[in-house]
Formats: sequence, C-alpha cells, structure tokens
Amino acid sequence: MSAAKNGADRSVAPTAASGEQRDYVTMTIADQLFGIPVLTVQDVLGPQNIARVPLAPKEVAGSLNLRGRIVTAIDARPRLGLPPRDNSKPPMSVVVEHEGELYSLLVDSVGEVLSLNSRDYQRNPPTLDPRLRDFSDGIYRLNGSLLVVLSVASLLDFGNRSDAA
Amino acid sequence: MDDLLSEFLTETNENLAVLDVELVKLEQNPNDNELLSNIFRLVHTVKGTCGFLGLPRLESVAHAGENVLGKVRDGELEVTAEAVTLILACLDRIRSIMGDLEASGSEPAGDDSELIKSLNAFADGGRAAAPAPAAAPAAPPPAAAPAPSGASIYEQIGGMGTIDAVVEVAFARILGDLRVKSVFEGDSIDHIQGYMRDHLAKMCGGPDTTAPHPLAGRAMSDTQFEAICGHLQAGLNTLEVPQQIAAMIMGLVYAERDSATGGSTSAAEPPAAEAAPPPAAAKAPPPAKKEADGDAKESAVANQSIRVNVELLENLMTMVSELVLTRNQVLQILRKHKDSEFAAPLQRLNHVTSELQEGVMKTRMQPIGNAWAKLPRIIRDLSHELKKKIDLVMIGQDTELDRQVLEMIKDPLTHMVRNSADHAIETPEERRRAGKPETGKITLNAYHEGGHIIIEVNDDGKGLPIDKIKAKIVQNGLATEAELENMSDQQIQQYIFKPGFSTAAKVTSVSGRGVGMDVVRTNIEKIGGTIELRSQEGKGTRFSIKIPLTLAIVSALVVECAGERFAIPQISVVELVRASSNGELKVERINDTPVLRLRNKLLPLVSLREKLQLELEAERDSDDTFVVVTQVGTYQFGIMVDRVFDTEEIVVKPVSPILRHIEVFSGNTILGDGSVIMILDPNGIAAASGQISMGDADAAEKQMLRSRAINDEAVPLLLFRAGQGAPKAVPLALVARLEEIDRKTIERSNDRLVVQYRGQLMPLVALDPYQDNSAVEGQQPVLVFSDRDHSMGLMVDEIVDIVEAKLNVDLAAETPGRIGSAIIAGQATDIIDTGHYLSQAFADWFGSRRADSVGDNAKRVLMVDDSAFFRNLLSPQLQAAGFIVTAVDSGDKALALAEAGEHFDLIISDIEMPGMDGFAFCEAVKKSGHWQQTPIIALSSHASPKELAKGRAVGFDDYVAKYDREGLVHTLNEALSEVRGAA
Repeated sequence: MSAAKNGADRSVAPTAASGEQRDYVTMTIADQLFGIPVLTVQDVLGPQNIARVPLAPKEVAGSLNLRGRIVTAIDARPRLGLPPRDNSKPPMSVVVEHEGELYSLLVDSVGEVLSLNSRDYQRNPPTLDPRLRDFSDGIYRLNGSLLVVLSVASLLDFGNRSDAA
Repeated sequence: MDDLLSEFLTETNENLAVLDVELVKLEQNPNDNELLSNIFRLVHTVKGTCGFLGLPRLESVAHAGENVLGKVRDGELEVTAEAVTLILACLDRIRSIMGDLEASGSEPAGDDSELIKSLNAFADGGRAAAPAPAAAPAAPPPAAAPAPSGASIYEQIGGMGTIDAVVEVAFARILGDLRVKSVFEGDSIDHIQGYMRDHLAKMCGGPDTTAPHPLAGRAMSDTQFEAICGHLQAGLNTLEVPQQIAAMIMGLVYAERDSATGGSTSAAEPPAAEAAPPPAAAKAPPPAKKEADGDAKESAVANQSIRVNVELLENLMTMVSELVLTRNQVLQILRKHKDSEFAAPLQRLNHVTSELQEGVMKTRMQPIGNAWAKLPRIIRDLSHELKKKIDLVMIGQDTELDRQVLEMIKDPLTHMVRNSADHAIETPEERRRAGKPETGKITLNAYHEGGHIIIEVNDDGKGLPIDKIKAKIVQNGLATEAELENMSDQQIQQYIFKPGFSTAAKVTSVSGRGVGMDVVRTNIEKIGGTIELRSQEGKGTRFSIKIPLTLAIVSALVVECAGERFAIPQISVVELVRASSNGELKVERINDTPVLRLRNKLLPLVSLREKLQLELEAERDSDDTFVVVTQVGTYQFGIMVDRVFDTEEIVVKPVSPILRHIEVFSGNTILGDGSVIMILDPNGIAAASGQISMGDADAAEKQMLRSRAINDEAVPLLLFRAGQGAPKAVPLALVARLEEIDRKTIERSNDRLVVQYRGQLMPLVALDPYQDNSAVEGQQPVLVFSDRDHSMGLMVDEIVDIVEAKLNVDLAAETPGRIGSAIIAGQATDIIDTGHYLSQAFADWFGSRRADSVGDNAKRVLMVDDSAFFRNLLSPQLQAAGFIVTAVDSGDKALALAEAGEHFDLIISDIEMPGMDGFAFCEAVKKSGHWQQTPIIALSSHASPKELAKGRAVGFDDYVAKYDREGLVHTLNEALSEVRGAA
C-alpha cells in the first residue's frame, strides 16, 4: 500500500463485464496481502500442533497431522525472506497439495476468498523485491491495496536448495 | 458376467504368456516332463474355462491343442519343432480370438477348422508316424541322457530328498489325525516312516528296499486308508510335486493296497512297469484320473478364492492403518476419562479394529513357499549341469509374510540357493573323499520368531575357504595382512558381503561363493532385515536372514530427547541400558566423546541431542541417561536419550521430499495421541556420527575389529597429562571410573587430601607430587581405582583420550610410580604403576590381603610372561599379596630354572608368547621333571572356549584373565590350597 501504487484505485471500478473472473484465497504475511488460487487450497486450519523436524531447512516449521495424513508445514515468512513473526499471534495454516504431498503454508492470517478480474492483473513489476519475485506469479491491483499471487510450485520447490538450512 | 469374463481374460492372458515361454523351453528340453505337464495343465485350464463360459470357438481350438499335447505327454508323440510350432499357432489363434473378445465382449465369428484339422492330423499322424516314439527320446538331445521322457517317477520328483520330505509331511499329519493314529499304534513311528519312505521310493522306481511294507498286516478300514492317502497327497502337494506325477504316485499307492493288505508280496510289479519306457498301458489310467482330480480341485479352489486387484488391497491396508491410528487416538482420550460411558463400545471398537487389521494383513500375506517355488527346478538343473547330487529340503513353506517383503527376498534367496548348489556343495567324489554322503543337502527353513521371520539357508558343503578369502581380501586391498591376522574366521567370512568381492573374475574357483552377496545383503537390509553367516570349513555354511513380517507396520521404540519424541525401529535395537552417575553403568567422556563400558567392551555413544542439534544451549546430556544399544551391520553403538517409552506398532510413512535429504530419518509416523514423530534411521545415525560412512560397511567392521583386537594384543589405554613431561597412560581396565570432582569439595584430613565419595572418604593422591593444590575453583579430573571396599582417586591435570595400543614397555623406569615408557599414539608415554599410588593412598592396600592370604609360610610363584608390562604390573601385586615372585620372559628360561633345580609352589604362564607359547611350555612342564606336580595357571587376555579346552588338555590347572587382579590372587590361593589338600 505504498503511495506510488495509488493509481490502482481507478482500475478496480465496477467494470467486471469484460475479463475473466478468478477466485483467490487471500492471506496476509508481514502486512502484505497474498493470494493463492482457491482450487489449489485443500484446507485452511487454525493454529495447529506442529512437531518440529530437527535438521530440517529453516523454512520447514515441522509436521502436523491432518486427519491421519502427515503435512509438512512451511513457514512462509522465512521462505519469502521476511522477518520472523512475533509470537503474540499463532499462525494459520493454508494446506495445499503439491506432487501428491500435502504442505501447509504458515501465514499470519487468512482472509476471505476474492473473485478477481483478470483486467486488474499484471505481471511482476521489474522492481519487485527479487526474493518476492521468485515466488510471485503476478500482481492484482485491488481497491486500496495490491495482492501478490503466490506460486505454490516455486514456494515448495526445495529441489536445488535442499542444503540451504 | 462381465466381471467373470474380464477375470477370465486376465487369467488366460497370464497363462498364455507363461505358455509361450514354457513351450520354447520345452523345445529346448523335449524330455522335461515337468514342463510338459505344466504346459498341458495350462492349456487344459484354458480349455476348461472356455467351456465353462460358453465360448465354443475358443474351446474347440484349445481342445485340439490339448489333444496334441496329451499325446506328447503320453509319449505317443515326440516334441519336435513342428509340434511346438503348431501349438504356438494354436495359442496365437486363442490370443487373437481373445483380443476380439476383449474388445467386443463376445466371441468373434471365424473359422478355425483348418487349424483344428492340422492339429488333429498331427495328433493322428504323429501316432502313425511314431510307432515307438518313446523308445528313442534320447536321440534328439543326446546330451540329456539323465532325463529320458520315461525317467522314473523317482527321478522326476527329485529323488529321495523329496520323498523323505513328503513322508515327513504326511506323517506329521497322520499323527495329528485321530482317525488313523490307531493304525500305527504300538510301533515305532520312526520305523514306519522309514518303511513308508523306502517303499514309496521303490514304488517310484528308486532304490530297492527290503523294508517290510508299511501297511502290511495292519487292520484298517477303507476310511482310514483313504485318510492316510489323503495325508500322503497333502504331502505331495506341499512339496509341489507336479499334479500329474502326484496322481501317478497315488495311483500306485492305491494299486498296491490290495496286494499289501492282502498279504501278497508282488508289490514290485508296478514300479517295474512304470520304469519301462513306453508305458502306454500302465500310464493310461493315472492321467485320466489326474484330469478328474484337476477339474475337481480347480473348481473347488475357484469357489473359495477370488482375484483381487493388488492396488485395492494396498488401499485397504492404508485405510486400516489409518483406522488403527484413529483407534489409538480414541483410546488415548479414553484413558483420561476413566468412567466414560464410551468405555465399553470403544473397547469393542478396539477389538474389532485389531481383528480387522489382522485380517487385512492376512490378505497381504503369502506363504514363503511361493518364493521358493522355482528353487527345486533350479537345483535340479544345476545338479545335472554340475554333475552333483543335491537334495533340496524345504521346511516351513507355509510360513507367511507380507507380499511386498516376499517380492523383495525372492531374488536374494534364489541367488543364495543357487550359490550353495554351485559353489558350496562338492562333487560326489569330493564328498566321498571328505567322508560325507555323496548327496549334498541344502536346507531351507523358515519360521516365525517374535514378529520376525527367520529364513535359514543351510548347506553341508565345503564351507567358506578362509585362506582363499584372505588372499582375495588382500588382493582387493580391503584389508592388510596385518589386519587379517587379528581377525577371527568369522570376521573374515563377512567379507563375502563386500561389494565387488567375488564378482571379479573367476567366481567359482576363487571365493567359493558369493556372486553379488553384497547385493543380497543390500536387498535384505533395504527391507529392514539382517543377514548372518556362519560357516565352518569342510562342514558347511548357514545363512540366517531375519526380516520383518511386514513393511507397512513396524514395531518401534519410542524415545524422548530434549522434549521431543522419536521412534527407533525395534529390529535394530539390541538392548536398553540405563546409565547414571552413581549406578553401575556410567557414561564416561573422553575429550567430550561419550562412551559406555558395557560388559568389558567400550560402546561408542551418540548423543541424539547433539546429533539432531536439539537445544544447543543445554551444554551436554545429563549423566542420568538411557542408552539404546543399536546395531547396524556389525557395528554396535549406543544412542543416548532422555526417556524411553513403550514400544508401539507404527505405520511408516515416507517423509516429505523436501526433508528426504536428512539421512538420520527413515520416515515419520503418527502416534496414538495424534502427534507426528520422526522415525530414526540407525544406519543414517551411524553414518552421521562419522564413525562409518553409509554404504561402506568396511569402516564399521574395522571399528569392530579394533575393539575386538583389544582382546588379542592391543589394550585400551587411558591417556592423560599430569605434571611435567611426557603424557601418562594407564590400562583402562585398571581404572574403575573417571570423575570430575569439584575442587571445593576436596578436604584435608590428617594431612591428606580426601573427598567424600559415595558415602565414604576417598583419599586423593596427586600424580604430580608438586601439584599445586591451592586452587579451590573448578573441576579436578580424577581417575578412581577401586578394589574391594577401597577406592582412591588419582588426581591428574587432564584426561586426554582413550587409545588402543600394543603395550611394549621399551624403557624400564627408575622413578617410583612408573613402570616404564612406551610409544603410544606416536608419542613417548609414561606407563604409570598403579600399585605405587594405591599403596600411597592406603598403606595397607595390599597389606590387608597379606593377613588373610598365605601368611608366614610364603609361597614361591614363577611367572612366565613375555610382556615386561605385565611382569611389572603383576609382580608387585603378587608380592604385596604375600607371594615370592620370580618372573621370567620366556618358557625356555623357565625350563632352564627347572633344570637348575629351582622349586616353585605354583606357575603362572601367559599363553601368547613368541617362541614357545604357553601351551607348549605347559606340556613340557607336565611331561617330565620335578615340576610335574606344580599347578600351572594360564594367564591370558582372551579365552575362547576352544582355547580353554586346549589349555585343560595340555595340563593347565586353571585359567585367569590378565586384568583380573583379584581373580588372580584368589585363583592362586585356591590352587595352592588344593595342592595342600591333596598333599
């Protein structure tokens, strides 16, 4: 919500007639609004008992039990290179499935599901923080704020950086 | 109908695939009756099913094919390329019809009359063309003389071994059958079993026998006879004798019944007829009977079992696993609410779930016999090929295990059995020369043992040739000659599990065994199993495989460390030990590396806290800890944990891909209380602890060898620093404990330093007499020596390390308190004389002994030991105990003393000495001279039962371990009092 993006207000006028509508689950991480396509989200959970996994990369908060399935919890803040969350408010879990495995993204809070018009969508601005750019699929200009679309696949792709603990 | 049809298609397609292969094999092996009857059975099954499903076209084609095969089987037709081609054409037709059937759901229209006609013509023409076909079966494959198509049943089923096993099984059943038990009452079952076996063998064309007929003169009803035959049939089935042959044997048994029970002795006829090559007349009835049997059996089986998609079973298993977990969760909650009204229904749910779990597990279970099915054939072929006589005995085929596990061990087992036959079993001549029966025996034995399955593969072959293995080890650079010197035979044998050990070059001639035994071991370890090997040269080899019943659910020990719980698979846990700072077992530290002295072995410890980087701020584990003694291959180590909970059945779930690189975990699981915990992988921990690297068991073994080697020559020495000059060392075995004492607690009493230690005052002696004792802060490292009620502490500056080294005292010391200097870890090191400090602490340390030992009449003791260290260590102690000690460094010198007329009351001799060893010395002493009556005690640092026996045989009166000071004095006194008593 920086001053530079004020122009976004204009485009979220009620002109939803043209352009494609898409639904996103919204969430906040370090006061920034993020969104994940609603169909990729399996569950949204309140605070959970998360068992720490020793020796795991620091982004991995641990594992939790979701109805008998083991879900690996990824803390979104370190993953996105954001400062750690203060302990006053426990994180929420957004459970997504990726290549047959369940993962839970720990975020500060989960908001409503928004139906967004593709006309408000634009690719990452080239000046976007490189850490964020790696995990962002683009930006939606909302009324009064910007929504960063998180790329679940790249968030969970630890493949070539498994040693980055 | 659709389900039935699709099932038929699946089954028939499978059969056709098998048939293709089998037919080609038959073409190469035209005389293989087993193969032939298998082919016949398969075609017959296809035909039967087609008829049942109302598929006339398929049925008629299959029938024509079967017709030809039947003729071949009965010896009326020869297996020629033409015949095989025709039958293959017939199968192709069946396949094409089935393809249409699958697509359209109904039999396609078409004309097969030409094919059928040519099949029939061949069947008829063959008969005409081959008036005496079976007479010349040896002609096409001249080499295959041992198995003419007319080979006796005896040979076809695998000789006496199979018959013996059949009778064994049959009798086990007969004895359990109340209906027929009475028939054999009053006779030795062993005898009857023997008669039965011999007769059966003879009946099948085996060796002749003079044994009376097992049923001769026994009154029995028809039902009883039927029952006995039933058991025999069961025996045949168990041993997987092909149905056709089984039917023939049963036919013979029935045929003989009249003669036997009727008292007539013309029982020799049927086998004679059987053995004749063209047994057209004699053979006709049994096959017919067989067909009837086969039909009856198949339909019966079909009614009782259904085919289920494996995936379905897997899903079912997963669901049940989840159910079990949920049940555990619910039960956990219930425990908190004792009086809940849910209690009763939940208990019920508990039971039902358990039973359901068991049931589903059973659906995955298959008898291990399935994995063995191919083995008799392999052995048979190999024995022909290698011109060896081999019996394969299989025990416990019914033992069931998870199909996943079964699949995994199938190949390793086959491999091992093939190896046994190929390399271990000798040729008949070799066996005869070695005084063994000509026929070698390979025994497979499977049984359950506490949640595991044990499979043993035994052979009575030549065992593993140690010398050749040694040569190979050196050649491959796996170990040096010097290292081999220190290894036991068993350790050397373990090398056959090394990768590339014998795959190189001349397998058969070099190692005796082991094409890829490393693969065998890897496969078995992959499923959480272990393999052990015991072999005695000339006697045979035994492999013992221990595998879990199932992979999905394992029994695991749940432990806690730093507030977090982990599971350790039960199979790798050897024992649980509790160590505490004031208990018998105590974690000691060398340079911060924890170790545990467990039954005279130094067990390396791994701190889970450090390994998993849990709570780094807590500086180290408390000394009150549990040690999970864990075994990986041959490497044993202890895992230090804070708490140990129960063992729990856990469902192993793979860890998420992003965590898979953490090698200390093998999976994760959900516990009964719903929490997720990690499953520790002992292999990974061992690897991560740096001692051994994963996949390189060498290091592990070397590690063990190192600890074993202590017993031989190297002794563990505690290195420490005190005062100026060289580092000091003392044999670890003499040290009771290592302590760090808070300097504040050191008190001064009677001008001596003391500390309160375990409720007693323990005197402290500084090794360095100039040590500054004024420091009152910090920790004082102390070596505690204890003996009986006395303990003393030797204050040192720093404990450095524990090393294993050979103790060669190079320089004898002038200084009191030093035995001498030796090179340890590449450095000149002072070996301290503990006796000196002991008597400093307690003037009466040895004195109190003197009073209760020999007293005024001091005894003379001769000590023979090549090691200056031991002479110097033991002489003062013996002297202190009231003996007059003369020490010499070799047997020769001792014998010289005998020549010189010296007298001793007792001799103590080392066993391992250069030149004349202890045994030779003892023998020499006992042979002649005036020392003949003098008791001799063997002193050795290691004693195998074999060695003990040898010692007794040459005349040693007793044996005592080198470091057992108290035992030594005790033994000496005992031996002397015996002499006194005898005198």
